[in-house]
Amino acid sequence: MATAHTRTLSRLMIAPSVVMLLAWMAIPLAMTIYFSFQRYNLLNPSRRRFAGWFNYEFFVTDPAFFAALTNTLVLVGGVLVITIVGGILFALLLDQPIFGQGIVRILFISPFFIMPTVSALIWKNMMMNPVFGIFANIAKSLGLQPIDWFASVPLLSIIIIVAWQWLPFATLILLTALQSLDSEQRDAAEMDGAKPVALFFYITLPHMSRAITVVVLIETIFLLSIFAEILVTTNGGPGVASTNLTFLIYARALLQFDVGGAAAGGIIAVILANIVAIFLIRMIGKNLEA
Amino acid sequence: MGSIRLESVRKVFGDAEVIPGVDLKINDGEFIVFVGPSGCGKSTLLRLIAGLEDLTGGKVLIDDKDVTGNAPAKRRLAMVFQSYALYPHMSVFNNIAFPLKMAEMEKTAIDKKVRDAADTLNLTDYLHRKPGQLSGGQRQRVAIGRAIVREPVAFLFDEPLSNLDAALRVNMRHEISQLHHQLNTTMIYVTHDQVEAMTLADRIVVLNEGRVEQFGSPLQLYQKPSNRFVAGFIGSPMMNFIEGPTAAEHDAHTIGVRPEHIIVSKKKGTWSGVVTIAEHLGADTFLRVECGAIGTITARASGEFTVGYGDTVFLTPDSKKTYRFDKNGRTIGHRPQQADTTGNQKTP
Amino acid sequence: MARAMGLRRRIGFTFLAWGIGLIVFFPIFWMLLTSFKTEGDAIASPPLLFYAATIENYLEVLARSNYFKHFMNSVIIAGGSTILALIVAIPAAWSMAFSPTKQTKNILMWMLSTKMLPPVGVLVPIYLLFLQWGLLDTKFGLTIILMLINLPIVIWMLYTYFKEIPGEILEASRMDGAVLWKEIIYVLLPMAVPGIASTMLLNVILAWNEAFWTLNLTAANAAPLTAFIAAFSSPEGLFWAKLSAASTMAIAPILILGWFSQRQLVRGLTFGAVK
Repeated sequence: MATAHTRTLSRLMIAPSVVMLLAWMAIPLAMTIYFSFQRYNLLNPSRRRFAGWFNYEFFVTDPAFFAALTNTLVLVGGVLVITIVGGILFALLLDQPIFGQGIVRILFISPFFIMPTVSALIWKNMMMNPVFGIFANIAKSLGLQPIDWFASVPLLSIIIIVAWQWLPFATLILLTALQSLDSEQRDAAEMDGAKPVALFFYITLPHMSRAITVVVLIETIFLLSIFAEILVTTNGGPGVASTNLTFLIYARALLQFDVGGAAAGGIIAVILANIVAIFLIRMIGKNLEA
Repeated sequence: MGSIRLESVRKVFGDAEVIPGVDLKINDGEFIVFVGPSGCGKSTLLRLIAGLEDLTGGKVLIDDKDVTGNAPAKRRLAMVFQSYALYPHMSVFNNIAFPLKMAEMEKTAIDKKVRDAADTLNLTDYLHRKPGQLSGGQRQRVAIGRAIVREPVAFLFDEPLSNLDAALRVNMRHEISQLHHQLNTTMIYVTHDQVEAMTLADRIVVLNEGRVEQFGSPLQLYQKPSNRFVAGFIGSPMMNFIEGPTAAEHDAHTIGVRPEHIIVSKKKGTWSGVVTIAEHLGADTFLRVECGAIGTITARASGEFTVGYGDTVFLTPDSKKTYRFDKNGRTIGHRPQQADTTGNQKTP
Repeated sequence: MARAMGLRRRIGFTFLAWGIGLIVFFPIFWMLLTSFKTEGDAIASPPLLFYAATIENYLEVLARSNYFKHFMNSVIIAGGSTILALIVAIPAAWSMAFSPTKQTKNILMWMLSTKMLPPVGVLVPIYLLFLQWGLLDTKFGLTIILMLINLPIVIWMLYTYFKEIPGEILEASRMDGAVLWKEIIYVLLPMAVPGIASTMLLNVILAWNEAFWTLNLTAANAAPLTAFIAAFSSPEGLFWAKLSAASTMAIAPILILGWFSQRQLVRGLTFGAVK
């Protein structure tokens, strides 16, 4: 509700954002689509020509693609399970009356603010190093053989690092949702004779379900693009054991300079992300009506 | 000066025609109240005058100048909002000074004007406070102060008292009324409360579904409502409406009698019925009486009238003050000013 | 909570929460501890909890590497992208919050959807464009990219904060004679200071820690701290104490900002879906 004058102004004021985001999204995306149909290698740019579906075929039939796709799904799924389950438990814990709650919250939330390269290096060196790392030392003191984390279970190692980074996010959001639960509702359920376990499954969990969905969707968007942690720790290896789709495309583009192949991979990644994004946008869109 | 004229003002939001077309002429110095049920378009009409909304059609003239396309600030109007709309980050002084600063007035002149306004409104001790530290009534006064320093040609009030508690509301009502007498500036006041309308207005505009049902002085509306809607809206408790054979006896589709125009007796009367609710207020007694085929009638008895639940009483309507309405709700018989928009007479 | 909670229960939860909290925090704590060790102490087995502390590592990192340059790169890129994003986003958020049209919701949704675009999807063209325009390894290019990737979040956060400001106050200022830019500068922005500050804070954190574009589009010259630290993964990887010192300096400012911005994180990253 406003006058035509303010409406015109408001269009003008929104225009820069819209134009910029449109340029940011549409132009590169169009270029990616275009390149994906070109045979184009930066090492040999003169031999550039139309390639049809070749790049897609080549990318998809590459055994590395299948491995990367599986790794991506395992990475996303593993981190989601750990962060959601852990996040719910931690949120329930932090919702209890605790001495020094503020400080405990800070302890829990801190990993989220550590830049990915730093957290990957801390874990790679000081935690998971097979000789000098904390885990190795613990294993030795228990008389066990230390694990060479990045050589024997590279994907699991990365899942642990990424889960450590995202657990605070899940905890914080679920805690916020938990704290917005109307205490009268809980009191009423208790008056109705609900025991703590029933209270959790019938009142608390349904109340958090929306927040859980949001966490799942947002984390998925970010987790599909995990990159720095892999680059710094395993470089995708050994072999392609810890290569995800993002890393595979990066390697195609900036290590092998295969523009066409990387572009085809990029489009596949966009399609995957879109499947998640559609759900997320619907969720948030519903919230807008309120 | 501050005469305001609306010429076939129309407003459409999307598919909804909120104001189908209103003509109105408001004289300089008049206190006009827009009253009507919620959603009747009274606030929209006010915002159209203020320039906060665009007209879909028609014209707004202030002092005979067409201001339809002008920005709010160019119309020389001041508005007091329902939520007061004070600037929370500014002191009372700066709130009142804001319109003057926007007009790029000189600093010493601003200072003097703000202090004068604060003086009139008893705000001098609060000038350095933030709105958050004030009571509801004080905030209201700051909002009024901000309006008066601009010396506008007219004041617009959008339900300014609805956020106050009952006692304060009566107080502020008196203050606004006094302010009008002091300033003698045109005021347009929107409310859904017919008591506020009756007590404040020189003339009242009764709105319903975006149409002006009637425009006249409070007593005109009370004595000569032009239709059933106005008759029902003005007056408290509400006028009784009776349809069917009883109305047919009067050659009407519906007849209406105000509770205060019914004589209540324990012995005899035109209608008889059983009391279902008796409210003894001391000065008055309000009864709800179940009168069989006629329906439920509200009646007022002056002073203390000792009946209670289940008692039988007799009611006699004052035939001189019985209103008759046709099928479309229009008043039959006397010819009241129908939606008088010429506004030539200024009724005190 | 209305009901009296047993003190014993409270102490139990306190121990549990602190215990888990310390485990979660341990890697950061260990990094901090290691940063004050000599390289020899850093790889001692069993690990040393008590040792003779030294600030040698910090001095050496500052002296031998270009730490300061990369730190400034981070400051310029994170700060610059945040300020640019705010300049573009404030008018847009004003427009959507106070003058919404039928398309407002769709525009917001569409902006959100740009955030969903996986960066690898546009890595190739952006890289090539940057190559062509000479923007590779420049602070300017990276600042623009980070502004664009965070713009949707900034607009959304500002939008949700602006929505809480009653429109009547802005209308009042219009009646009082304020033209648009005065309305925004004198009335809207002062009222929205807490929201704008939170938005800035979160955006600085996100930009500071961004590690896809910073790693792929920079080399020695414009590399911010994320890329600088990544370089430690190779040969210097064995110098844990120095690595820890450099890491500590890279994360300290943002970690502290982060502690202040927990709430905004929820609002910003969930696009207001969880409050």
